[in-house]
Order: sequence, then structure tokens, then C-alpha cells
Amino acid sequence: MKMKENLEVIFAAIVVIGAIINLISAIGVIRLPDVYTRNHAASKGATLGILLILSSVFLFFWVEEGYMNARLLLGIIFVFMTAPVAGHLISRAAYNSGIPLWEKSGQDALKATKQKVKNK
Amino acid sequence: MKTNDLILQTVTKIIIFLILAFSLHLFFAGHYTPGGGFIGGLMTAAALVLLLLAFDAKTVNKIFPIDFIQVAAIGLLIAVLTGIGSFFFDVPFLTQTFGYFDLPILGKTGLATAVLFDIGVYLVVIGVTMTIIQTIGEDE
Repeated sequence: MKMKENLEVIFAAIVVIGAIINLISAIGVIRLPDVYTRNHAASKGATLGILLILSSVFLFFWVEEGYMNARLLLGIIFVFMTAPVAGHLISRAAYNSGIPLWEKSGQDALKATKQKVKNK
Repeated sequence: MKTNDLILQTVTKIIIFLILAFSLHLFFAGHYTPGGGFIGGLMTAAALVLLLLAFDAKTVNKIFPIDFIQVAAIGLLIAVLTGIGSFFFDVPFLTQTFGYFDLPILGKTGLATAVLFDIGVYLVVIGVTMTIIQTIGEDE
């Protein structure tokens, strides 16, 4: 009985950590200067936060009710696979439509490659 | 401009099985838990739309050489026929029944004739959604 309550505290802590990570990623979306850095904050932070929350929910129902919800596992795998790809696609679409980088960013390695392809 | 969609295409190839399996799960779980023919059909159509986004319409037509208008028609036919089937047992139109059977692998399973009607709904939803999207999509 005591064990169960301890585990509940741990799961609650995981949910709070996930929510805080999501909050940090939302602040990043507001604070960061250009599309690419914002995308970096949004896709990574939100993915990790959601993964933590979903895993905690899965573990909670497993311990509390003895009920393994396969849909939550599928959701974890799904978010883990698709959210970074969505970030990649948004970033690439922005780059291909000529959105400029932040002026203080150091280098644009893709530009040189694109130039080389164009010159061929 | 020809772009290199390798990441999107690879992830689509893996994720499409997940979506299709989950849509089938939603379809069969509809009797006791949230789900059913409508949302299952929409999700199957969503998987096909993801294929259309990652690959072009020609490739998808090669993978699924199906006329989706016929799918919708077959679905409607199934839905009506399950309703008419109740006439053979001297009960009103669209009466449904269920029973428990011992299936080889699954054990004791409740089978309801409402599933047959749901198959009709499922096919109609897939057919109509895919027809709309393919008609809008092909502008050549």
C-alpha cells in the first residue's frame, strides 16, 4: 500500500516535469528570434514533454488499476516518430521559401551545398 | 523543383501500418468502447491521405488500384442488405441481434450483426473521403 503511494508521487513528479518542459518550449517559441530556432524549441521540447506525460499516465494506470493501455504506448511511439519529422518538414519548407536566418547566426552550411547543386 | 523527400517517405512507410492498425482497432472496438465505423473509416482515409502527401497520386493508385466511388457504393449496399436481412426472420427492418460463440483462437467472443452494418458505414466513409480528396487533388 505504501509502495503504491510512493509510486504515485513519482508519477505526479514526472507529469509536472513534462508540463514544465512544455512550458519552457512554449517560452522558447515566443522568445527565440527566427523560424529555425523557434522550431528547434517547439519540436524538441514539446516532444519530450508529451512523452514524459504519456509515459507517466501509462505507468499510473498500470500500477493503479492493473490496466495496460496499448493505445498510450502506440501514442508514445507515434509522437516520438512523427513530431521531429514534422519539425524537419516545417524547417525545410521555411528554408526553401527563402525565410532568412537570424542575422547573428554563424553559418549557413546548406546555402553552399545548394549553390553547388545549382552550378552543376 | 524536385525535392528529396527521403525522411518523410521513410517515416510514412513505417507509420502507415500504425495508423491502419489503430483504425482497425477503433473499428472493432466500437461496440463497447469509443470508436466505430465512422472514426475508423476516417482514420483509414487519413492513412491513405498521408500516403498521398508523401508520394504522388500515381504511386498511390499503383499501390491501391481501387475505385473509391465503388467502395462507397459497396458500403451503402452492405448497409441496406443487413437491414433487409432482418426480413428473413420476421422482424422489423434493421433489427440487430447478437450471440456468444467459441472461436478457435479468440475464445468466447460476442458477435453482433451490428458489425456488418458498421462495415458498410466504414466503407462509405473511406469511399466518400478518398473520392473528395482525389477529385480535388488531380487538377491535370
